[in-house]
Amino acid sequence: MEELIKILKDLHPDVDFDTCETLIDDKILDSFDIVSVISEINEEFDVVIPAEEIIPENFNSAKALYALIKKIEDED
Amino acid sequence: MKKKIIGLILILIFLTGGLWFLQRLLMPKYQGKIVEGAMIEEYYKETEGHDVLFIGDCEVYENFSTMTLWEEYGITSYIRGSSQQLIWQSYYLLEETLKYEKPKVVVFNVLSLKYNKPQKEAYNRMTLDGMKWSMSKVNDIKASMTEDEDFIDYVFPILRYHSRWQELTSDDLKFLFEKEPVTVNGYYLRTDIMPQGEFPDPMPLDDYAFGENAMMYLDKMTALCKDEGIELILIKAPIEYPYWYPEWDEQVSSYAEENGLTYINMIPLSEEIGLDMSHDTYDAGLHLNVYGAEKLASYFGQYLVDNYGLEDHRNDPKYTKIYEEKIMLYNKMIEEMNNITEEE
Amino acid sequence: MIFTSAGFIAAVIILAVLYYLLPKKAQWPLLLIASIGFYFAADKRYLIFISVTFLAAYICTILMGRIDLKTKAYIDLNKDKITKEQKKEVKGRAKTRKRIFLIIGLIIALGILCVTKYTNFVIDNINLLLKDGSKIRDLNIIVPAAISYYTFQTCSYVIDVYRGKTTPQKNPFKLMLFVSFFPLLVQGPICRYDDLAPTLFGEHKLLEKNISTGLTRIIWGYFKKVVVANRIAPAVIALTGDTNTYKGTFVFVAMLFYAFDLYCDFTGGIDITIGISKVLGVDVKENFNLPYFSKNIKEYWNRWHISMGTWFTDYIFYPVSVCTPMLKLSKWSREHLGQKIGKRVTVYLASLLVWFTTGLWHGPAWNFIVWGLMNYVVIMVSQELEPLYAKFHGKFKVKDKSLYGIFEIVRTILLMSMIRMFDCYRNVPLTFKMIGTMFTKVNLKIFWNGSLLGIGLTAADYIVLAVSFVIILTVSIIKNKRGHVISDNAFTLRYSLLALLFTVIIVFGAYGTGYDMTQFIYNQF
Repeated sequence: MEELIKILKDLHPDVDFDTCETLIDDKILDSFDIVSVISEINEEFDVVIPAEEIIPENFNSAKALYALIKKIEDED
Repeated sequence: MKKKIIGLILILIFLTGGLWFLQRLLMPKYQGKIVEGAMIEEYYKETEGHDVLFIGDCEVYENFSTMTLWEEYGITSYIRGSSQQLIWQSYYLLEETLKYEKPKVVVFNVLSLKYNKPQKEAYNRMTLDGMKWSMSKVNDIKASMTEDEDFIDYVFPILRYHSRWQELTSDDLKFLFEKEPVTVNGYYLRTDIMPQGEFPDPMPLDDYAFGENAMMYLDKMTALCKDEGIELILIKAPIEYPYWYPEWDEQVSSYAEENGLTYINMIPLSEEIGLDMSHDTYDAGLHLNVYGAEKLASYFGQYLVDNYGLEDHRNDPKYTKIYEEKIMLYNKMIEEMNNITEEE
Repeated sequence: MIFTSAGFIAAVIILAVLYYLLPKKAQWPLLLIASIGFYFAADKRYLIFISVTFLAAYICTILMGRIDLKTKAYIDLNKDKITKEQKKEVKGRAKTRKRIFLIIGLIIALGILCVTKYTNFVIDNINLLLKDGSKIRDLNIIVPAAISYYTFQTCSYVIDVYRGKTTPQKNPFKLMLFVSFFPLLVQGPICRYDDLAPTLFGEHKLLEKNISTGLTRIIWGYFKKVVVANRIAPAVIALTGDTNTYKGTFVFVAMLFYAFDLYCDFTGGIDITIGISKVLGVDVKENFNLPYFSKNIKEYWNRWHISMGTWFTDYIFYPVSVCTPMLKLSKWSREHLGQKIGKRVTVYLASLLVWFTTGLWHGPAWNFIVWGLMNYVVIMVSQELEPLYAKFHGKFKVKDKSLYGIFEIVRTILLMSMIRMFDCYRNVPLTFKMIGTMFTKVNLKIFWNGSLLGIGLTAADYIVLAVSFVIILTVSIIKNKRGHVISDNAFTLRYSLLALLFTVIIVFGAYGTGYDMTQFIYNQF
C-alpha cells in the first residue's frame, strides 16, 4: 500500500491519499494522472490494469485502487 | 393546483393577446408609398352590392374609374384588383365575393393568362393577406405559394413580417386598427402625367399557348359564372405594354367563341375611347391616370348599359347617400394627389 | 431534421400528446416509430445506413453475450473442479472469441462512417500526389445525418458489452431505439447505453416537473439558436469569406462572433435536445457545463462537448495508453530516456492520437485535424508549464483573487476562440495567415468607421445581440452560483418568463424571408 501511496504522492504531493475518497469525483486525478499511475503500477506491481477497470469506483481512493491491484494479482 | 391552472390560463391569454397585437403592429400597413397591399381588404367595408364586378391586375384597378360609372350611368361597380393578380387568385376572389353578393356582370382582364405558375412571394402576400379567412382563401394560398413559402406563414403573418421590427414607423401605430382608403370602390387613381414614349419591340416567344393551369382556372371562372347566371366579359385593357401577342389574342377570341362569352380587345379601340396617351397616362403608357380612366369608364359604361341593361341607381335612396360620400372621397383624393404633384 | 422547421415542431407536439395518451407500455415503441419517421422524412436513404449499423451491433453483441453466458455457466458448473489457471484460460479464450465479434461490429459501424464521410477526403489527398491527368474523381456518396454521433454511440455500446460492463439488449427494437433516438440525431450528445437505456425504455408518467423543465430548456435553446446564432452566422460567413478585405482586427471580430455563434448554436441545440427528451420523461446527460467559465484548457474540455471528451478518453485514450505495447514502450523509454521524459512518452503519444482523431471526427478536412492538433499542442504546453505556474502562484498569491480568475477565464476564451478559427477559413495555411494578421494588421478604426455595418448586421441587430449577451451571461452567472436558474416552485415566474422569451423569439428571431421593401414595390417587369 505504501508503494502505491508513494506513486500517487509523486504526482500530487499535497493531496492526502490516505483519506481522500473522491479523487475522481473532485477531479484531483485527471486522465493523464490515471495513465501515469497505471504505468507506474505496472512497473512496481507487475500488474496490468485493463481499460475496462478505469472507472471512478476503482480510482476514487487509494484503498479502492489497491483492492483492484490485489484482485488482478489474485487472478493471475 | 387550481391556482397554477388559472395562472397558466392567464399567461396564455396574455401571450396570445400580446402576439396578436404585435402581429398587427408588424404587418405592413400599405398606407404610404406602396398601397397595393391595402386594396383587397377594402372590399369588406362595402355595405351594398354591385352590379358590375371587375377582377384582375393593375390593368383593371388603375384604368376604370368606378365613380365615373356611377356619375354618368348610375352603375354600381367594384374592382377587386391587386398587383400582378394571377388568374387563380382572380378565380378565388370571385368565388369569395359571391358569398357576399351576386353581381350581374363580371369583367376579367385576360393579361394574367400569361402566368401559368406561382410568381412572386411579395405580390402573393399583397393579394392574399387582405382576404378574410374562407375555403376560398385556403385554396387560393395553396394555388399561389411559391416553393419557399409555407402555409403557416399565412395563418400567422407575424412569422413572415416579424423582421419589420427594425423598420417600424409612426404609421404602424397610427394605422394599427383602422386604415385609410387607398381606392374608391377598388379604383386606384393617379393625377400625375407622364406621356407615353416608345415601347421596346416585342420579343418572339418559344410557345404562345397559354398554360394548362391558367386555362383550367379560366374554365372554372366561366363555369362559375354560368352556374350563377352571371355574365362574364373578358377584356384586354387598352394598354400596349406588356405586349399582347396576336397569338394570345386569337386564343382568347376562340375561347370566348367556344364558350359563348364576350371578349373585347380594347387596344385597337384607343382612339374610339378618346384616349390621348400624351396626357392620359402617369407612367409613360403602362397605366392610365384619372383622366384616362374616366374616359375609359365613360366608354365602357355606355357599352354595358347598351348591352346588359344595367339599372341606373342614381335615384335609388339605398345608394345615393353612400355614393355621395364616395364621390366626396374621390374628389378629395384627386385634390390631395394634385397637391402632392405640385409640391414635387 | 431541423429543429427550426414548423413541421418538426408540430410533429413533436403531436408526439408528446400521443405519448401520454397511450398506455405506458407503448411509449418506447412510439419513440421508435417517431425516430424512424423523422429520419426517414429527412432522407429515405439514411435509414439503410443506420439500420446496417444497428444490425451489426445487435448481432455482434448478442453473440458476445452468448459467449459470456456459456463461459459463466461452464465455470459455475465446474466451480469445485476448476483450477485458477484453467479459469484464466477459459476466460482468456472467451475474450479472444468475443474480440472477433467486437472487431466485426466496430469495423462495420466505423467502416460505414469512414466510407460515407471520408472517402472523398482520402481521394482528394491521394490526388495531391497524382499528376493532373490521372487524378481520381470524387464519388457522389450521401452522408447520413448525424452519422458521426450515432456511430460513436453504437460503438460505445458494443465495446461496453465486450468489456462486460453492459448486458446486451435482447430486444432488437429497443436497441434500434437506442441507436436512432431522434433528439440525438442532430448534434448528439453521445450517450452511454447504461445511462440512457433505463430512462429511454422506462414507463413515464405525465409529470408537471418534466414538462416545466423540458419546456424551459427547449425555449431557452431556441432563443440562443434563433435570436443569436442565426443572426450572427451570416456575419461570420461574410468576415471569413472575403479574406482580402477582412484582415487584421476584422479577424479578431470574426473570432469573437464565432465564439458567441457556436456557443449559442451548439448549446442551444443541445438544450432543445435535452428539453424535448425531458418532456418525454427521458433524461439525457448534460453535454455542456458553462464552458466559457473555464480557467484553463483542461477545464474547458471537461465543460465543452462533454460526451465527446469522455468517449475519446474511455474508448481511445485509456485503451491505447494501457495496452501491452504501450506499457512496454513506457518501460523502455523510462529506462533509456530517463524518468522525466520516459514517463511522458506514452501519455503524449496517446494524447496525440486522441486529438488527431478528435479533429478528424469533426470533419473530413485538414482544417479540423489541425484544429485537433492545436488543442493537443496547447494542452501539452500547459502540462509542461504546470511547475512554472506552481512556482508563480507560490510567489504571488493571486490564485484566489477574483481578478486573476477573470484573467484566466478571458485568456481561455481567447485561446480557444483563436484555435477554433480553423473551422472558419478555407484551408489551414490561410487560417494561420489570418490569425497572424490579427497581431500584425491591427486596425481599431473598424469599430467606429461603420465597417461593421456592412457585414449583414444592422445597428438594431447589434443591440439585439448585446442585450442577448447580457441575458445569457446573467443566466449563466445565476446558474453557476445556484446550480439552477428558476426554482421549481416559481411556477408563475417560470411561465411568464417563457411566454416573454417565446415572444422575443418570434419577433426578434433571425428566421424567415425578411422584409425587403423593394420586393413589394409594384412593377410588372
